[in-house]
Amino acid sequence: MNRSFAESTARERLHDLLDAGSFEEIVGPGARVVSPHLALLGVPSAFDDGVVVGRATLNSQPVLVAAQEGAFMGGGVGEVHGAKLVGLFQRALIEKPAAVLVLAESGGVRLHEANAGLIAVSEVMRALLDVRAQGIAVVMLIGGENGCFGGMGLIARCADVVVMSDIGRLSMSGPEVIESSHGVEEFDARDRALVWRTTGGKHRYLMGDCDVLVDDDMAAFRSAAIAALPGARALTLESLEREHALLSARIADFGHCRDSAEIWQAMGVHQPMAVAELDAQGVRDLQTDCAKELA
Amino acid sequence: MNWQDVVDGLFGSAHTVVRTGDLLSGTGTINGQTVAVIGTTDHAPIGVELALAQARCVLDTVKNHPGRAIVLLVDTQGQRLRYRDEMLGINRYMAHMGCCVALARHRGHRVIGLVYDQALSGGFITSGLMADACYALPEAEIRVMRLPAMARVTKISEARLEQLAQSNPVFAPGVENFVAMGGIRALWRGDLAAQLAQALVDAPQHDERAADGAQRGGRQLAAAVAQRVRTEARAPTPTA
Repeated sequence: MNRSFAESTARERLHDLLDAGSFEEIVGPGARVVSPHLALLGVPSAFDDGVVVGRATLNSQPVLVAAQEGAFMGGGVGEVHGAKLVGLFQRALIEKPAAVLVLAESGGVRLHEANAGLIAVSEVMRALLDVRAQGIAVVMLIGGENGCFGGMGLIARCADVVVMSDIGRLSMSGPEVIESSHGVEEFDARDRALVWRTTGGKHRYLMGDCDVLVDDDMAAFRSAAIAALPGARALTLESLEREHALLSARIADFGHCRDSAEIWQAMGVHQPMAVAELDAQGVRDLQTDCAKELA
Repeated sequence: MNWQDVVDGLFGSAHTVVRTGDLLSGTGTINGQTVAVIGTTDHAPIGVELALAQARCVLDTVKNHPGRAIVLLVDTQGQRLRYRDEMLGINRYMAHMGCCVALARHRGHRVIGLVYDQALSGGFITSGLMADACYALPEAEIRVMRLPAMARVTKISEARLEQLAQSNPVFAPGVENFVAMGGIRALWRGDLAAQLAQALVDAPQHDERAADGAQRGGRQLAAAVAQRVRTEARAPTPTA
């Protein structure tokens, strides 16, 4: 029977994603390393500060892994949470695993410790990029209901490989923030179809912002994670020039579009409004067809 | 301080920095050394174009002037809050800028950030906070969110937040708080040129911000927790 990635907790995801019985938590809940700031504000804390880190094997290969718990403060990055991610990436420089996996589910910086969270996001980015510089793959897996936003959306796009389900959104500012800033005409945060076709996995896949699109199924995430293990991509002047050219072309090609569906149409998707009904395989086929048509 | 005064303070007349839209770019000379100057002004919202324009300047410096130091001048209201930017994937554009700065650092360019006016949330993460070291002017403003908005989101009263902010630098706006947290290395008062020259010499080789935050008392756990995760021995394998 399929198990939903989105509906699982961080710990359940690790259990199902990694080789059975292989996960060893580092600085686990028993260590009682909690946020000192939440208590001060009278907000309940969690013994893992909303992120589980550790080592494991995936398809018998050693990996370091982090999983954010969206049910705790929306997966927000605070001082301890951020430091656990930084420490995990630094550990990778010593242990040299096959890959570092991050099961990202986060609204970004945790406002209750905003300054610490903001700095921590940049520390995670730097630590992550140091790991990539050693040729160790960094893989993001995004499939939680809170999506991956703000600072965590920046971190995700620093990885070698991004795996998503459609439920897992990837973006910068949440639709509510944009609506409250520029009005409902700018971005109607209650229009779920609009929100998903703008930030959801299908759009990100069609745009090339996620490398692998899977259904909301634990086994599918596991297979994609295994396939991503040899996915290290060197960060070089040449690779960043290619990225720059891609991002420039995107503005030239789609900068005039007013809706993601218009972009899909411009890519050669004949029935853009039907994309919402497709499963991951359907969207992957669509992308292949578009690429063929353009070629 | 406006950007012209900052650039004058850093380089006198020995610079070619120009404003193009909200982008600042050019070079400056300090102690006979040419540095690249890249930044934004007018509390610029960082949209896809501006993120890309800054990344272009960084890549050009890496490509054409290997080793040349880079000064990032920060004045931003944060990422642009528009549907179009989200649709186009603004997070990827901003991450690209951050990766370009990281590439420059990895290839031996010293990168110094200076918050000379305003640094808000996401726009700051992928510029000044990616530098080897980031400094700020005392009158600059750094924040994620103002307290009234923070009170609404966190459902903690503004009065309570203001009271707590007196003793805890972790959430309230202010450059001094970012110094205490280690995110800002120091505030620059007086002779900007001398302080930039010193910063270029002193640029740390590794990310020392968590350690600074611990030493200054603003972030007492970050460095220790990271170290614990980095070094904690694995649990002994249970024997059969």
